[in-house]
Amino acid sequence: MARVRTHIEESILPPLVALVIAAVVGDILIIIFGQSPGDVYRQLLEGTWGNAYGFGQVIYKATTLTFTGLAVALGIRAGLFNIGAESQLASGGFLAALIGLAMPPGTPAVLAVSACLLAAAVGGGVVGAIPGALKARFGASEVIVTIMLNFVVLALLNYIVAAHIHVSETLHTPEVRAGALPRLAAVFPMFSGSAANTTFLLALATAAVVWWYLFRTRPGYELRAVGLQPDAAEYGGVRVGRVWARAMLLSGVLAGIGGLNYVLGYKHYYEEGFGTGSGFLGIAVALVGRNHPIGVVIAALLFATLSQGALAVNALVPKQMVDVLTAVVIIAVATAVPEVRRALAATRRPSGIGTAGTGNGEQATEAPRGVTVPGSRFPGARLQRAADSQFPIPDSR
Amino acid sequence: MSGAAAVRMAGIVKRFGRIVANDSADLEVASGEIHALVGENGAGKSTLMRVLAGMYPPAAGVVEIATDSGPLRDVTGWSTRQAIEAGVAMVHQHFMLVPTLTVAENLILGRELRRGLALDLRAADREVRELSERTGLRVDPSRLVSNLSVGEAQRVEILKTLYRGAKVLILDEPTAVLSPPEVGELWKVLRRLRDDGGTVILITHKLDEVIEISETITVMRAGRTVGRMRTTDSTPRTIAKMMVGRDVSLALASREPGAGSGGPDPPREATSPVSRLPSPGLRVENLTVSSPRKPNEVDGVSFTVARGEIFGIAGVEGNGQTELIEAITGLRAAASGTVSLADSSGTLRDVTTHDVRARADTGLSHVPEDRHRRGLILEYSVAENLILGQQHRFTGSANVLDRARIAGNAASRITTFDIRPPDESLPSRSLSGGNQQKVVIAREMGRDFTVLIAAQPTRGVDVGAIEFIHDQLRKARSEGKAILLVSADLVEILALSDRVAVMYGGRIVVTLPGSDASAEVLGPYMTGAQGTAA
Repeated sequence: MARVRTHIEESILPPLVALVIAAVVGDILIIIFGQSPGDVYRQLLEGTWGNAYGFGQVIYKATTLTFTGLAVALGIRAGLFNIGAESQLASGGFLAALIGLAMPPGTPAVLAVSACLLAAAVGGGVVGAIPGALKARFGASEVIVTIMLNFVVLALLNYIVAAHIHVSETLHTPEVRAGALPRLAAVFPMFSGSAANTTFLLALATAAVVWWYLFRTRPGYELRAVGLQPDAAEYGGVRVGRVWARAMLLSGVLAGIGGLNYVLGYKHYYEEGFGTGSGFLGIAVALVGRNHPIGVVIAALLFATLSQGALAVNALVPKQMVDVLTAVVIIAVATAVPEVRRALAATRRPSGIGTAGTGNGEQATEAPRGVTVPGSRFPGARLQRAADSQFPIPDSR
Repeated sequence: MSGAAAVRMAGIVKRFGRIVANDSADLEVASGEIHALVGENGAGKSTLMRVLAGMYPPAAGVVEIATDSGPLRDVTGWSTRQAIEAGVAMVHQHFMLVPTLTVAENLILGRELRRGLALDLRAADREVRELSERTGLRVDPSRLVSNLSVGEAQRVEILKTLYRGAKVLILDEPTAVLSPPEVGELWKVLRRLRDDGGTVILITHKLDEVIEISETITVMRAGRTVGRMRTTDSTPRTIAKMMVGRDVSLALASREPGAGSGGPDPPREATSPVSRLPSPGLRVENLTVSSPRKPNEVDGVSFTVARGEIFGIAGVEGNGQTELIEAITGLRAAASGTVSLADSSGTLRDVTTHDVRARADTGLSHVPEDRHRRGLILEYSVAENLILGQQHRFTGSANVLDRARIAGNAASRITTFDIRPPDESLPSRSLSGGNQQKVVIAREMGRDFTVLIAAQPTRGVDVGAIEFIHDQLRKARSEGKAILLVSADLVEILALSDRVAVMYGGRIVVTLPGSDASAEVLGPYMTGAQGTAA
């Protein structure tokens, strides 16, 4: 029981604290704009969770973010920082559209959707596998390679679309002939008009699969071992380079499948810049979600709510205010987590065990004040710092 | 020299979550004395000293430090910076050095000498050299810390505190990483420091050290101070009893002849033609291992470890032992030479090109020298750590982990190897050092194996656990396992080994039957004074 409590405190409290901090900052900003915080937040909630259309839009946005968040989280679990979800998402969407276009109109849905799913996985996977292979083989930093590949891949896709397959007067491909996914509105009419589609269910299923993979399979055990302590993993017979390569491939696959949300579920074509910002926001989703699949889903819903809410409150305050809130949440999570943990460690009462015999004090987890813990290779700190400086505020479209 | 109290701590309480590390602990140390703080791992020694050094604020209790004018000053809850300014400094078990900087740069970190806008590194270098000469802590100031051996890094840590004017020096198990000559050097340094009016607090659980170096002793058990006495009034046995709370056999103090007599005769006692040719468990031939900074970290090493034999490799750390072990276990590629292992049928197989897992599957177990870096994944639970390296044997269909078998394995290992607390779901980080090592030992020795590489198997482990681990090694020998014991602790090597080799400069410079080996005989080889001419 106590352990469950600890777990909850350590994994759930930091994001909650971050939300509270963001709310306070939000209050201040709203007051500066001469509005009542209560009104703005009410409007924000009504425009998102308060009506079916808004909720549908939240679901739609959360779908893409779940995929990119899972992609980043899987990488971090292996000790890798995938900043290329942006281009992996685009590449997955593009290849899915291409296959959807190539199939004749009458193709059975099961076959067409499967083919597009595979295409999206391949499209994202290839872009993810390149930095993974370079890191495994030559030790190239995945951070730099993924950032740079973003430019290369997005430019290449834009070129292909603009030069060869766009519908004239637009920057998108023609509509796919087969493989389109039904909107949620087809089953639940209340979502009518929103972009929410069945890809959301795929996202939830994918989160479950990623959880199962990470925590219930041997490759997942080895992947997390590599992320926590590569030397110990190597000692345990794990080929670290291979795990890196595999993790980057899977990370790319996850981001790539996210492209289906727009291409098959919403517009039914690939358009330049359809997912701009979603890849980067995936980093924030992973961090706030503590790199746990369930956390990622919740964080994706949170950021989707803020993104959609920005539109809902635009009449009262500039929608950029919500971007600021988003940024505050990320910064608060990135910085507050160790502090929150330390505060918890200091206040938690002893409950009888651990006094005699076991004597764990000398190895307890609290870091000595003013001293960096040697040998602590937890990648989160590095990643969270990196996220603070490199994460651009997404465009809330 | 000793006189008025330099340090007084009373009623110190420190908790970590639900764990009470210090439960009203007391300590009083007179200035100008060497004081030993002893107790089992997890007794709260390091925590108490960290409170003193300003790293942890205590939940209750008072910390007082002598001022220059004499009277004690209440400094409870001070910071490390304040402690350092007052001359209280701690040398940690795990070093706090910047590996990419030189020795001199590390020393001046935080109090850089400047000439104009630039660092005056030449002056720093000179100062460090002088200090190094004066204290006998010899180390080249211009070397990069990442290139230092563990023993050298420790010397730098001590130098660092002295450079900052430490008057009360706290050393956390300083000899765990040193060779006998280095330990002798350290004692000289500490005595010189004491004679200059300095105060030394030594955390240790090696009782011979306590007797040899200290003037007064404080014994801790389970977070409390259970005794305080003059060293001249104590014996290892009385201290050990107070530490553990029961009588322990001090097997370490003397060799136990015939401890491994249950199994095949070790080679030195071979009497019959059959046992004169003991079947080999591990054979290393002409092994050379390169690293980016040195082409011959291991330089043409050959030896054979028979089944039912403990082959001990002694030597100062940094003479190729780590690289040798990594090449044998598959963690590092050999530049040339071969490694062969006996499989379960006793057939010797060349595994030179095999990876870590293939060698483990052939029958190789490995207790690595650094459990925090390699031996354990500290965030993983005890149960998860108990399958590390064997994870492919704990899967059902399609690579899915078999959680029932993992839990069953953990339960039986925890019982057999007396891992405390007996909770398989605890993160390994929360265990004491001795119990962490028991997890490693349980994993590596609790399964089928033919060859065991035991590197520093009792480093940083308390007396009770040392006894237990040594018993396990003897038992494995009597069961016919081939054991390669690599240790910087010469007492351990001598207590366990049937044959002893010394590594120096990447080579094995001498191999002796255990009965002929002693600290006096091996010492010159370990320092390179003997055996390197060839």
